[in-house]
Amino acid sequence: MQANDLFCAKFTALKSILTEQQVALSIKRLAHQVLENHLNLENTVLIGMQPRGIYVSDRIIEELKKLCDPKKIAYGKLDITFYRDDVRREIKLANRTEIPFSIENKNVVIIDDVLWTGRTIRAALDALVDFGRPAKVELCVLIDRRFSRELPIHADYVGRTIDTFPSQKVLVRWKEIHGVEEVVLV
Amino acid sequence: MKLTTPHLLGIKDLTKEDIQLILSTAKQFKDVLQRPVKKVPSLRDVTIVNLFYENSTRTRMSFELAEKRLGADSLNFTTSASSVSKGETLLDTVNNILSMKVDMVVMRHSASGAPHFLSKHIPAAIINAGDGINEHPTQALLDAFSMLEKKDQLEGLKVAIIGDIMHSRVALSNIYLLTKMGAEVTVAGPPTLIPKYIAEAMGVRVEYNVTKALEWCDVANVLRIQLERQSQPLFSSLREYNLAYGIKRSMLEKLDKEIVIMHPGPINRGVELDSDVADGPFSVILNQVENGVAVRMAVLYLLSPQTP
Repeated sequence: MQANDLFCAKFTALKSILTEQQVALSIKRLAHQVLENHLNLENTVLIGMQPRGIYVSDRIIEELKKLCDPKKIAYGKLDITFYRDDVRREIKLANRTEIPFSIENKNVVIIDDVLWTGRTIRAALDALVDFGRPAKVELCVLIDRRFSRELPIHADYVGRTIDTFPSQKVLVRWKEIHGVEEVVLV
Repeated sequence: MKLTTPHLLGIKDLTKEDIQLILSTAKQFKDVLQRPVKKVPSLRDVTIVNLFYENSTRTRMSFELAEKRLGADSLNFTTSASSVSKGETLLDTVNNILSMKVDMVVMRHSASGAPHFLSKHIPAAIINAGDGINEHPTQALLDAFSMLEKKDQLEGLKVAIIGDIMHSRVALSNIYLLTKMGAEVTVAGPPTLIPKYIAEAMGVRVEYNVTKALEWCDVANVLRIQLERQSQPLFSSLREYNLAYGIKRSMLEKLDKEIVIMHPGPINRGVELDSDVADGPFSVILNQVENGVAVRMAVLYLLSPQTP
């Protein structure tokens, strides 16, 4: 990530996609939209994608705690390293998967930061069915890079939709690691 | 993230970072093994042969299960039912197997250095599942993994390796691994079963009194007496060995501390370990077997051939 930041520093004209305030508002909206479709989260579980989707899902969970009974929220984390279709092109370090509840017949909302080719989500669907058969799976992302999908996958809740070239990079930066909270296009 | 070696021939060739990478990956695989579907598709396009030129229960089944849990295709080879009895050489056998598009080789052999020889002549990744009296790297890795489940870190940990050090590949791999990770190691047993100069060569302490070794250590790894490797008797009788060097429940109860008892198996009950120790509260022997699958999954995953 540091190399990335140095690389960014060279570009004076970073295109800002979301400012700190917009990130906060988008997350708030996403939390409301999820709740609107899944009243009281009766039969719904939320699953953040390791590693970077967790920054989004943690914040959405924080919002949801203000809006409904915190005890009702079932929140898990999913790592899909072992399920990737490019798993052996480059060995990546796996993160922890924590799903301490059954997803059998539940509505599952997968949360990630950027939806791009759709390959991560394909792997996530593969991984998810190993834990049980969900009644329904929905996808919630902060950024949707549309027109660059390589698989028939779409998001149900979107923070911001953007059009990009494949050569461009979307950087999502968080307070915990980068000191600032924003989304920029390089 | 990658290992620094293309094969796993011994712990000797690994760096500290390699060992940490294998152990942390194994932790994720152990989680996978607790799920309803204990399988991931990571190696679904890989074929692995298990070449066992020497008998094995745990290691062979553990590797086979690890391969299946990773989605790999595996085939098994045992010498008794093969053309080895017709005089085919090791290299010929392996080359014939590889020509059937096999990607990785897991090998156990009674000759020390057999996998090292093979690695110089074939293109596939080789994992040593025990070679003669040299090394048994996956056993040392799963031992370390099991220690870390009971203790916070390996650095500064006091580990006693008790029994037949001379003929034990488990002992050598454990010594390499533990000293690399900063643990203190004592080898204990009868003088006839401890190699001369081991203290200087390997940086370990030597103790001939098992009770003293137990008093000193946090973890005791008790090894099997390997009668099949002794060409001449090195102690008078099994009963006498048990009386002088066997681990008994009464010895552990006197210690007044939480000791961890490990054994790579198979156990000679009533020789190096009494049954009430092997099945007792300090024993993690069956945890070691469970962890073996996760550790071997990590090794296979990290050494699997990369597709361009």
